[in-house]
Parts: sequence; C-alpha cells; structure tokens
Amino acid sequence: MEEHHIRLKQDSLQKETTTLNLGPTHPATHGVFQNVLEMDGERIVGATSTIGYIHRAFEKLSERRPYYQITPITDRLNYCSSPINNIGWHLTMEKLLGLKVPRRVDYMRVIIMELARISDHLICNSVVGVDSGAYTGFLYVMQYRELIYEIYEEICGSRLTTNIGRIGGFERNFNDKVFSKLDRFQKEYPGVQQEFENLFTHNRIFMDRTIGVGAISAERALNYSFTGPNLRAAGVDYDVRVAEPYCAYGELDFQIPVGKTGDCYDRFLVRNEEIWQSLSMIRQAREKMEKEPPEVFHADAPAYYLAPKEDVYTKMEALIYHFKIVMGEIDAPAGEVYHCVEGANGELGYYLISDGGRTPYRLHFRRPCFIYYQAYPELIHGALLSDAVICMSSLNLIAGEMDA
Amino acid sequence: MGLNNAYIQQRLTDKFPDQVTGFEEPFGLLGFSAPAVMNLKIIQFLYEDEGLKFRFLTDLTAVHYPGKQDAELAVVYLLHNLVDNIRIRFKVYTGIGKPDIFTATKIFAAANWMERETYDFFGINFVGHPNLVRILNVDEMDYFPMRKQYPLEDQGRTDKDDEMFGRS
Repeated sequence: MEEHHIRLKQDSLQKETTTLNLGPTHPATHGVFQNVLEMDGERIVGATSTIGYIHRAFEKLSERRPYYQITPITDRLNYCSSPINNIGWHLTMEKLLGLKVPRRVDYMRVIIMELARISDHLICNSVVGVDSGAYTGFLYVMQYRELIYEIYEEICGSRLTTNIGRIGGFERNFNDKVFSKLDRFQKEYPGVQQEFENLFTHNRIFMDRTIGVGAISAERALNYSFTGPNLRAAGVDYDVRVAEPYCAYGELDFQIPVGKTGDCYDRFLVRNEEIWQSLSMIRQAREKMEKEPPEVFHADAPAYYLAPKEDVYTKMEALIYHFKIVMGEIDAPAGEVYHCVEGANGELGYYLISDGGRTPYRLHFRRPCFIYYQAYPELIHGALLSDAVICMSSLNLIAGEMDA
Repeated sequence: MGLNNAYIQQRLTDKFPDQVTGFEEPFGLLGFSAPAVMNLKIIQFLYEDEGLKFRFLTDLTAVHYPGKQDAELAVVYLLHNLVDNIRIRFKVYTGIGKPDIFTATKIFAAANWMERETYDFFGINFVGHPNLVRILNVDEMDYFPMRKQYPLEDQGRTDKDDEMFGRS
C-alpha cells in the first residue's frame, strides 16, 4: 500500500516553544527554587532560574548578633554539612582574635568536618541515583548518614543544624560513645561505599544517563567561579584544604581527585573518591590525636569560650565571663578578615569586617552554590528535561546556602 | 611561584600611579582601593597581565559606611590567582546618591549573580549589567535592606533597655 504524508507548505506552521515550570516545589528540585524552562519539544532551549524563596536575611541578622550567636546562622547555609560551616566560622573568629587552638582540637575538627563531607557527598551522589531511577543506593548509604548524625549528637546534642563547637574548640570532649561509633563507621562504611559504587559506577544505564550530561569545560567553570567537586570534575585541582591548609590538613596525607569532562558522571566519581580520601583523613587524624593529651578539647579563651556550668555556679570569674558572653558584651578587635574552608560543595568563605564592637560591622558569606548555580542554564542548554533534573542534583544545590 | 604582595603593589603603582591607594595587608591579604570609574580598568589589568593573572573572582560584595562623605558604599572584589595561589582584595568607593559602578560581567561570568545580589541589598547600579534585577528579595521591594539606615530591630523598644547593660 502506498504511504501518504501530509505535505505542508514551507513556513505555513508557526513554531512555538513551551514554557515549563520546574519548581518551586517540584520533587526533582530537592529544595525550593524555580526554573522556568523554554522547551522546544523535549529539548531545553532556555532556562531562567528564580531563587530566594527561603531567603532569611542572614547577613543582616549577623550585624545585630554577638559573635557566638552567629554559629546557628551558619548551620542553616548548607544544612547537609552544617559542621563545616560552624567550624569555618569559628576559624574565622579565631583568625580575627589571633587565637591559637590546641593541636588535639585541630584533629577533632578534621574528624568532624570530614564526617560532614562524607554525609554531604553520600546524599548528593545517592540522590543523583534516585533521579536517574535507582533508588536502592540511596537506602544503602542513608543508614550511615544516620550514624554520622548520631556522632554529632553525642558531641553537640543535635543532628541536622548542629551548632557544633565553640570559638576555641568544642563544647564537649569526644566521649566513649563517639569513639565506638566512629570505630563502627570506619569499619562498616567502606564496605557500604564499595557496594554503592558497584551498583553505579559501571552500571550501563547510569553511565548512559550521566556521561556527557551537564558538562562544563575547565575555562568556563573557572569563569563561573566554580569551586569544590564541581570544579575538580572539570579538571582543575583547586582545593582550599591544599591551597590554604587550615586545622591539621597541612600534615595529613591525602589526594585531590580530579575529573576530565566536568559532566555529571565525573562529578559523581570525584565525590566518591573524595569520600575515600575523607575516610583516610579520619583514620590519620585519629592516629595523631592519640598522641595528644586526651583531656584537651578547647583553647583557653575565657572571654569567648563558655565555661562549664559547674564553674559558672561556683567561680566568680567564670560567672562574669558567662554573663558577658551570653549578653553579648564582649567586644572583638577591629579588623577585616577573609577566611575560607573547603565546604562540601565548594569554597565557603566568610568576609568579616569588625569595627571593634560586639557584633560584626559586616559579614558576607561566600556561598559556593549560589555562585555556581548561575551556570545552570548554560549547562542544560539543548539537553532533555530528564537530563536537566540529573544535572541539578549532581551540582549539589542546597537552597539554604543559595538563599542565605 | 614568586608572586608576592610587594610585587603586586609595585606593579599596580607603576601602572596606575596616584589612582590605586590605601594599600594594607590585614592577615596577609593585600587590600587596596581605587576611584569608582577605574574599577574595570584595574580588574582587566589584573586579569590580563602575564605576571599577575588574577583570573578567578572569589567574591563580590558591598559594604555601607554611612560616615564617609560621597564614598558611602564600597564594592569589594576578592580576586584569586590560582596558579600562584595568592589573593587580593580590591575596593572601590562610590557615593550613595549616584552609586554607579561598571559591571564586571564581561570579564567574569560569575559576576552576574554576585552583582545582582549586591544591587539587591545595597542598591549599587552596575552599569552595563545584562539583567540587573533583584535576586533574593521580592521584586516589589523599594529599598535596599543592607544599608545601615535600616536597623534590624525597632530601636524604640522599651522592653530591651540597653542602659541596663552599660550601652547607651
């Protein structure tokens, strides 16, 4: 039978694109932000991102808060790895004050920050799996995030918005439960991570869904001020832990994994390798920590570090300092500081101007995902809608950090 | 390697005598300032000069100094040379009456949202910016909230008497 086709005259049809709202509350956005996509059939020809839905005026709030009350604000930036934000803020303050902390505190901080990095990476990578249709990996690793949260809980009493540590060290020493849970984590997690990678890394479907998707060249990534695993996946070996070592990173032996193509697959691989490096750093820090006096967990900085409660009730000096700290009566020296740490998704910077008062004169957070999310329309141009979803989760966007 | 603060300062004073001023090194970070109209020329020079190569825009923000006559707003650039691993902080001051600053989006794609955020909170008008609209606050907002004339709390509150704590 002869086939018949409808033949239309040239230019007799007007071509239209479809506008599609991805978000603000879409299961694939993993946070509250909106992308207005222009679709030509299934291809994305344009995207406009709208953010700011959970803006909470952190920088303005900081100008009215005594220094120690700013730590809970930093929790709510990248809430998948709050301890890194908290400790980054304490380090900034210590830089301003010229406060030197005991060596053991440095190792403790490295352990907590690397645990936070693992918990952040494992959730990001497993969510990339979820968005490509593989839910199982997410469930495998999630119980170990739970274990990490239990470790935080033993130290600071909370899990997600941790407010961990103080200017000068930690509020509590690591107790036996912390060490036994750390032992369990170090013993069991490598197997789980290996199993997770076995599920994904050479999975044909996963590779097809991620290779070449959301790719960015090293030049563009640098021009967009990418940092963290997203930059390293594009092949630039910039890591704050190496470039400007803080805490004990200078004496630890670790490698910085880099990718080549800057696509979702390389970002996934870089994060997985960073998890292995973090595990090794935790092991090294624990070994070095054992050589330090076990009772030391904070610096001697009475004007900034809250004294133990029993001292506050029984000692005059501790009571005075307690009152001054809690009422925000401690003036910090004047100065202008930029300090950065390697957050789980990039360079997390604190630009602090103190005029010598009880609160910052100005505090600006360099929030890595706010900066690299603006590249998103470029990353997904010409891609399919389902690629855009994977690309979004593999960038590790955290709405709390983006919107400050 | 070999790039250090003294060399950067020398290069800048050779290239822009009288214009680049206020050199300081708080906590080892070289800081300096320049007139507002010079911002792009200096950033371009820092970017392109073979000896300097500041090709990474770490951060861009603003600060409000209400006491500085005709230089109330400072725009702060934090630039990074990733090869030699050295940072600098560059400030330009502008009056609050007409806060016009040239945009850096032509040099750094990342400046786009950073400048939008700075506009959103401080009202800096980045001349030549492709899409200078609010980014975190609502579009209907008609003031710039990070300026110092907008205190966070109602200063007239009586339940929090600052005199009780030795503040006036």
